Amino acid sequence: MKNEKVISQKDFRPEVNMKKRSLRFSRSSLCLPYGLFLALFVVLPLVLIVFYSFTDQNGSISFDNFIRFFSSATTLTTVIISILLALATTVICIILAYPVAYILARSNLNKGGTLLMLFIMPMWINFVLRAMAMKDLLTLIGVFGFNNYVNVVIGMVYDYLPFMVLPIYTVLIKMDKSYMEASMDLGASPLRTFTKVTFPLSMPGIASGITMVFMPTMTCYVISDTFGNGLITIVGKLIDEQFTTFQNWNLGSAMAMVLLVIMLVSMWVTGGFKSEDARGTNL
Amino acid sequence: MKKFFQIAYIALILLFIYAPIFTLVLYSFVDSPIVSIQEVFSIGFSFELYIKLFNDAALMKIVWDTLILAVVAAVLATILGTVGAIGIFYSKGKFGKGVSAASRIPVINAEIVTAVALVLLFALVFPESRSYFSLVIGHLVITTPFVVLSVIPKLKQMDANLYEAALDLGASPFGALMKVVVPEILPGILSGFMLAVTLSLDDYIISAYTKPAGFDTISTYVYGAMAKSNANSSLPALRALSAIIFVVIILVVIGKNIYARRRTER
Repeated sequence: MKNEKVISQKDFRPEVNMKKRSLRFSRSSLCLPYGLFLALFVVLPLVLIVFYSFTDQNGSISFDNFIRFFSSATTLTTVIISILLALATTVICIILAYPVAYILARSNLNKGGTLLMLFIMPMWINFVLRAMAMKDLLTLIGVFGFNNYVNVVIGMVYDYLPFMVLPIYTVLIKMDKSYMEASMDLGASPLRTFTKVTFPLSMPGIASGITMVFMPTMTCYVISDTFGNGLITIVGKLIDEQFTTFQNWNLGSAMAMVLLVIMLVSMWVTGGFKSEDARGTNL
Repeated sequence: MKKFFQIAYIALILLFIYAPIFTLVLYSFVDSPIVSIQEVFSIGFSFELYIKLFNDAALMKIVWDTLILAVVAAVLATILGTVGAIGIFYSKGKFGKGVSAASRIPVINAEIVTAVALVLLFALVFPESRSYFSLVIGHLVITTPFVVLSVIPKLKQMDANLYEAALDLGASPFGALMKVVVPEILPGILSGFMLAVTLSLDDYIISAYTKPAGFDTISTYVYGAMAKSNANSSLPALRALSAIIFVVIILVVIGKNIYARRRTER
């Protein structure tokens, strides 16, 4: 709107006007193909999810799907188990990844970035194949099958650990060292400097890692299926079953809606994540 | 002492990450249906599994299909995403902001939600069956936003006057984009392309939901094989395939690392 006004004021200078207009037109209109693509294949499908979740199988408006979802003990148990598995995975990932990120960022072990490369390389290997490899190793050393929940958590930690290392490392390496020096100069012990300065300042990295580990572990049923001997169901699998086995797309859409809401809440709590941390976009 | 603990800890975590991979590579030379210690002694090492893999026409077709799909999706995603990123970067209006926000949805959304949402759409468009087209669209949805994410930082780093200077020197807007802007952001475009390839190769859920019947990617095939075989072990020929994939990825990453280091040393 604003642009049009500017152009109309300059109408008495046709040459400048022509050039400016074609310039503006060519650059921002480059949004159009991608915008159209997103509208058709990202936004419209989500609108369909909302539509299906609030209708029954005959197409009339109903809240039955949500009532069924929240009143079923089985589905609620599944949600709780998913949340607990995701929490366990996320916490273990933080505990394992933080020291790694800290050592890589602060010591001279990571000269030239080779060690960091070794830690994030698994991100680029197909996760189903990595899961298969881990399952084979657990079978080989004979610990597979003792406890299905432990199996699943091991599998999930194995797959998602690199996604926790990278964002914490990124925050630590970018952190202004003078804060730590100031803290030490003012008489704080190294431990106190860590708990009062370094750790709080690295929270954005941890939050970033949480968003990249927590949601996938709640929904990616590949690991729970292959490591849980088919006995552990997570939220993602519930949705999968409604769409493949039971063919109840309305109930499945309602479950997807619940996940969407959980995602929005977790984004709001953790403050979102820096997109550049995802899979080492900038490495 | 501190250094010793640091090295020990790093070594322990690296062992956790690489032990499964090394085990799989080792057992890719043992032609046995299960992975166990006795098998190594009773059967011994051979290239049998690799021979079986390359003679398995169905499995080889899946490998090629997966690679072709990744390249097709990545090329299209790179074009769509680069053009989109330039558009988003230069448009100051609400439309550009809307496109940018919508572009973040597939990045943060759970993959299963993205997948079933696409199923609902495709059920409206192709009521009878899904096709290769729907599979490519599915892969574009999850890869293109990452191309945009890799290109936009490069646009921000670019000197804003370059484009204007090209115009003043007589270049057409399109010529200025192709000859000035694109070369400047080329590293971002290339890393976006690589990211799109790896995301496509890595994907399971989107492929499972959008692929036509009878078509398999490595992910959907391996998952199917793991789900079917109740034995605790993978299909033997898959071990050879995974070993090859692991070694190729490790070589590519090491090569890229050495190349990057040589460039910075210069």
